[in-house]
Amino acid sequence: MSTAAEVVLEVRDLTREFDGVTVLDKFSFTLRKGEVLGLLGANGAGKTTAMNMLLGLTTPSSGSITVFGKDLAKHRIEILKRVNFSSAYTALPGNLYVWQNLAVFARIYGVPNAKKKIDELLELLEIGDLRKRVTGQLSAGESTRLNLCKAMLNDPDLLLLDEPTASLDPDIADKVRKVIQRVQKERGIAILYTSHNMKDIEEVCSHLIFLHKGKVVAEGTPEDIVAKSQQSTLEDVFIKIARTGDIEE
Amino acid sequence: MNFRIISALVMRYIFLYTRTPMRLVELVFWPMVDLLIWGYLTIYIKENTTGAFPAMISFLLGAMILWDVVFRAQQGVAVSFLEDVWTRNLLNIFVAPVRISEYLTATFAVGILRICVTVVIMCVVALLLYQFNVLVIGWPLMPFLANLLISGWALGMISTALILRWGQAAESLAWAVPFFIQPISAVFYPVGSIRPVWLQNVALAMPTTHVFEGMREVMQKGTFNWQSFSNACLLNLVFMAIAGWIFMSMLSLTKKRGLLTKFATQ
Ligand SMILES: Nc1ncnc2c1ncn2[C@@H]1O[C@H](COP(=O)(O)OP(=O)(O)O)[C@@H](O)[C@H]1O
Ligand SMILES: [Mg+2]
Repeated sequence: MSTAAEVVLEVRDLTREFDGVTVLDKFSFTLRKGEVLGLLGANGAGKTTAMNMLLGLTTPSSGSITVFGKDLAKHRIEILKRVNFSSAYTALPGNLYVWQNLAVFARIYGVPNAKKKIDELLELLEIGDLRKRVTGQLSAGESTRLNLCKAMLNDPDLLLLDEPTASLDPDIADKVRKVIQRVQKERGIAILYTSHNMKDIEEVCSHLIFLHKGKVVAEGTPEDIVAKSQQSTLEDVFIKIARTGDIEE
Repeated sequence: MNFRIISALVMRYIFLYTRTPMRLVELVFWPMVDLLIWGYLTIYIKENTTGAFPAMISFLLGAMILWDVVFRAQQGVAVSFLEDVWTRNLLNIFVAPVRISEYLTATFAVGILRICVTVVIMCVVALLLYQFNVLVIGWPLMPFLANLLISGWALGMISTALILRWGQAAESLAWAVPFFIQPISAVFYPVGSIRPVWLQNVALAMPTTHVFEGMREVMQKGTFNWQSFSNACLLNLVFMAIAGWIFMSMLSLTKKRGLLTKFATQ
């Protein structure tokens, strides 16, 4: 990635404590236009906490978050117009039709030509035939893809994805990855991505950060990290860090 | 405030109510039960007493319908919020560029819509079954009705704040919020009937009390009491400010504790 690219997200010394326990410790990184940053780490490493702070859902204990050059705490609404989020753990209201849910969010985000945009996104994620289905009756894979449709409605410049492929079968996970990659390449958006699926990470991410108990233990391209840790695969690196808390012996 | 965003949020509730007609049952069922019970009781008392008293007592029906406005407005706000909690949609809304003021305004609008449905049905039934026409009370009722709506919104914000603070465990408490002030709101009886006497002062601090006192005067004497009306407006302003402040404090506390995402995804 060219370092001259526009900085989308700048995080400095982001720290969060819960009941005296530091869950994220002086976390700093820079995300530029066109980059896909993978956030890795065992369960409880602090990934979701970091994302929630980046979305303004959880207040940081200290540190600063700057998005599109603006302070998140002060310009949250303005920033959120150009950001979107999807996670396997949220859902769209189950009692509405798929098209109704997307229509509501298209209107919230002020999407021009909403109907056309919705149709395009549904086709892109290969769920065009679900338009008139009741959202609550979708399978996990279908509903994850619907969440991604919602997350792309406003053509975000920054996309935060918290385990977007959790609960997907390998086939659908592969399709979702391809879509994310395609959209990312076409529009050059910046993505922050967490996943426990190493294949996701290797295929989609240009940079990685490994977190362990809230601390950064490794950082770099997937190849660099594998080489540095003297392991053969990223999966081995993950296991090593999860067990020893370090990348090297 | 952005009207497009508010209308989008309201659209979601309209979709919801048209998609699941069972939701409409709730808007009709309880008010009907109330109306029947109070109506029959009124008839019974009327037929077993003599003098001027019975005419007055038929206003019980009116009071009942009007208290329902408070309750429906409160529910409109609380249910709209709970709907987002139940459907795990809260995070989608909170990561969208939706201001809290826009979100709350949308829940207020839903409150109005729910009330329109309920009040129209109740008025028609009251007219058909008991020949009680709420509209004979006429236009002076409207400003009071508007005040009840606002009190309902304020109570709704407090209910929502309770849920934000204590999670879904506080749901049943949230339903009960309007009933904390009902006994001292002089809905069915004048403030003077409230005992012990010091409690009357507390009652007078409620906007709803002035509304119901004022409405009784409209019904009985046909005069519009500007004092009651302006007291109600003023106290409603204070109520809205306090409720809004409680809501914002609870929201900020929830974010500080990192709990917004917790109970939104459970
Ligand atoms: N609201 C909260 N209150 C107390 N502890 C929390 C809260 N949210 C998260 N934690 C703790 O923070 C740690 C990191 O959690 P999380 O960010 O969800 O991890 P990850 O997403 O990497 O699996 C965990 O130990 C979790 O228990
Ligand atoms: Mg997580």
